[in-house]
Amino acid sequence: MGSRASTLLREEEIEEIKKETGFSHSQITRLYSRFTSLDKGENGTLREDQVNFRGFMRTLAHFRPVEDNEKNKNPPTTEPLNSRTNKLLFAFRLYDLDRDDKISRDELLQVLRMMVGVNISDEQLGSIADRTIQEADQNGDNCISFQEFMKVLEKVDVEQKMSIRFLH
Amino acid sequence: MCCWPSLFLSNSRPILSCCPCPFMAALWTLSLVLSGCLFACLALNPPQLYDLPPSLGSNGSRSGLSVDRPMVLRVFSVDYHHVQAPFEIVLWIMLASLAKLGFHWSGRVPAVVPESCVLIMVGLLVGGVIYGVRHSAPPTLSADAFFLFLLPPIVLDAGYFLPGRLFFENLGTILWYALLGTLWNVLGIGLSLYGVCLLAPSSLGDISLLHCLLFGSLIAAVDPVAVLSVFQEMQVNEQLHILVFGESLLNDAVTVVLYKLFESFLRLPSVTGLDVLLGGCRVVLVGLGGLFVGLFFGLLAALTSRFASRAQVIAPLFVFLYSYLSYLTSEMLHLSGITAIVTCAVTMKQYVEANVSERSNASIQYFLKMWSSVSETLIFIFLGVSTIQDIHMWSWPFVCSTLLLCLVWRATGVLLLTAVVNKLRRNTVTFRDQFIIAYGGLRGAICFSLVFLIDDFPKKRLFITTTIVVILFTVFVQGMTIKPLVELLDVKRKKRALPTVSEEIHSRLIDHLLAGIEDVVGYWGQHYWKDKLQFNKKYLRRFLIGEERQARSSILRVYQELKRREQRGDEEAPPDSNQCTKQIRTSTPAYSRHTLHQDVTTDRTRKPLQRHLSLGERRRYNTITHWPQVLHAVLQVHTSKSGAVSKALPFPPLDGK
Repeated sequence: MGSRASTLLREEEIEEIKKETGFSHSQITRLYSRFTSLDKGENGTLREDQVNFRGFMRTLAHFRPVEDNEKNKNPPTTEPLNSRTNKLLFAFRLYDLDRDDKISRDELLQVLRMMVGVNISDEQLGSIADRTIQEADQNGDNCISFQEFMKVLEKVDVEQKMSIRFLH
Repeated sequence: MCCWPSLFLSNSRPILSCCPCPFMAALWTLSLVLSGCLFACLALNPPQLYDLPPSLGSNGSRSGLSVDRPMVLRVFSVDYHHVQAPFEIVLWIMLASLAKLGFHWSGRVPAVVPESCVLIMVGLLVGGVIYGVRHSAPPTLSADAFFLFLLPPIVLDAGYFLPGRLFFENLGTILWYALLGTLWNVLGIGLSLYGVCLLAPSSLGDISLLHCLLFGSLIAAVDPVAVLSVFQEMQVNEQLHILVFGESLLNDAVTVVLYKLFESFLRLPSVTGLDVLLGGCRVVLVGLGGLFVGLFFGLLAALTSRFASRAQVIAPLFVFLYSYLSYLTSEMLHLSGITAIVTCAVTMKQYVEANVSERSNASIQYFLKMWSSVSETLIFIFLGVSTIQDIHMWSWPFVCSTLLLCLVWRATGVLLLTAVVNKLRRNTVTFRDQFIIAYGGLRGAICFSLVFLIDDFPKKRLFITTTIVVILFTVFVQGMTIKPLVELLDVKRKKRALPTVSEEIHSRLIDHLLAGIEDVVGYWGQHYWKDKLQFNKKYLRRFLIGEERQARSSILRVYQELKRREQRGDEEAPPDSNQCTKQIRTSTPAYSRHTLHQDVTTDRTRKPLQRHLSLGERRRYNTITHWPQVLHAVLQVHTSKSGAVSKALPFPPLDGK
């Protein structure tokens, strides 16, 4: 795997990914071999919707643990991908299926149904969804915007929860 | 070994108080009445009944106990001996409880001084009074009474309310600290003390290496009782709490083994390498043995509770009986009793809670809290009483070096171990947390009892004195200063909040998400293992929980709990810092010592993840809920393609934000 990875992944690409995502060199090569092992079709992408390695890395970058010392070395111009806001944005997008930057009641119901299971009645599910929206909604539009979403989760330690220790 | 009645000879004094108010006046009067009763008891009791040196000679005032045949019919008589033992036990417990009550009523004191310190001071007072009255040492805390009666309730309470999810997430680190850290401390302190003894041969020359190691083994262990009572008032962040507390619980295995090992070495004529190797095997046996005993009794208790639906009134009893049985069994087999009882409590908790009614659950929790509270108070008071002795032997170099070495070795141990373990952890332990871990290593009554159990040798009294000094130092100095230090260092504190359905739902989503990402990356993290082990839970739960009470989803549970609370009309205000039992209603999702909380969110509701698709194998899609469906839904919307997916990847397209 090692040799294959080094031939297919150029140094400049590694540098670019490093700058964009903050992963280290060895992490990138390791994840590349993982990517290639998942990529059964050997066409450089996963699935039909063309998620290439860059997209793969960009998504995974959300799950890097947040480190304090990063800020001191060189303050990034744009927010790093693994900041709390971006992690929450990732989770928000899982709900927000139609990408209108709001979680409507139906979207919430869909996700709830998938998580909670089949042995719960629709009306109960509906009331849970209503209560969730009620807890979060502040401007009364019966939808949860990203700001409201962030507010609801302000007490949850998202940085710790949404992190994976990538091996060096 | 002291016999029972001597344990409870006491005299009560008015408790510290600063604010004069009607209740305090009542408390004072009650205490004075109590003291009067106890003085009467003192006067009535002949000294020979107790384990005290018969230095008093015959006590003249033997009123009411005449053995002469009565000449006339007695109308009124006092027969104290008939009720002596239970009477004194009750008086001791009463004293302990009044002291605790007084502590909480006494204005500004609870903010500055932790409860354990006040109780020890009360004990010191009581001991001093007894010494003054009887001119001989007051009764000491019998090791058997401590280990068999006073310690189990506290540990059971701790184990039952352990935040399970947090504990298991940090289990590796906790075990690392408990096993290696304790070993490091024991060897370090033992060897350094031997060095000190060598340096001062005149006064300390007859302490051998084995004695030093034995002493090291009992003084190095962090005590769960002391840690609990100090940390619960501090409200540090949960991860830190569980690290210190988990370590103090689990280091019992190492302590027990090393202590008994060195003791048996002392009795052997010579020690070979083989003995040391066998000792190492014993550590494993003791720890694992305790674990299995606990598991066995926990499962038995769960099974019994399944059939308890027709006699709900005695259902709580089984919890206590089985836990105590597990403790006694492992003590009988010389295994680690604390590990057994903690494992038993952790194992049976979820099944018992599902099986018994709400009221029985509430009674279990109340009784646990009550007993552990009484036990803890009694332990600290006895610590104070037993300090007043006339068998002390003082030696400046030994005592001071022990104190210093305890601190130094603990600090270096924590630093080294954390440096290693941080490389393997997801969330690192910061330097501030490390400092609190090192500083929060309090010693308590376990060391005290263990030192009394040592076989007699010339310097035993020195060991006893040193142990008492170390305990008092850690409890008073470290206990009192740790709270200001926590504030000074700005250690991350516990977040106090009511659970919301939103948090529960979103946290669950994140759990599912993390499981998926871990699978993508090929990282065998906690979510992966939790998922793998979930199948066992499925079988166990079906077996151990009654048919009609199969678990519902945690989200549903949180929602119903909230609805129920609203219907009861409780205000949803964040709990105040007084931690009274009113907080039972408002659920604080965190581990707190003296409150009962419906721990709705933390461990009970962490339903294991259900995931049936792994990326390594192409399995058939399952319609039971799991994360790929979530992500599949995402992908479906984005790509507008349908059909079964064999690999689902969480890629909401990030088109150039």
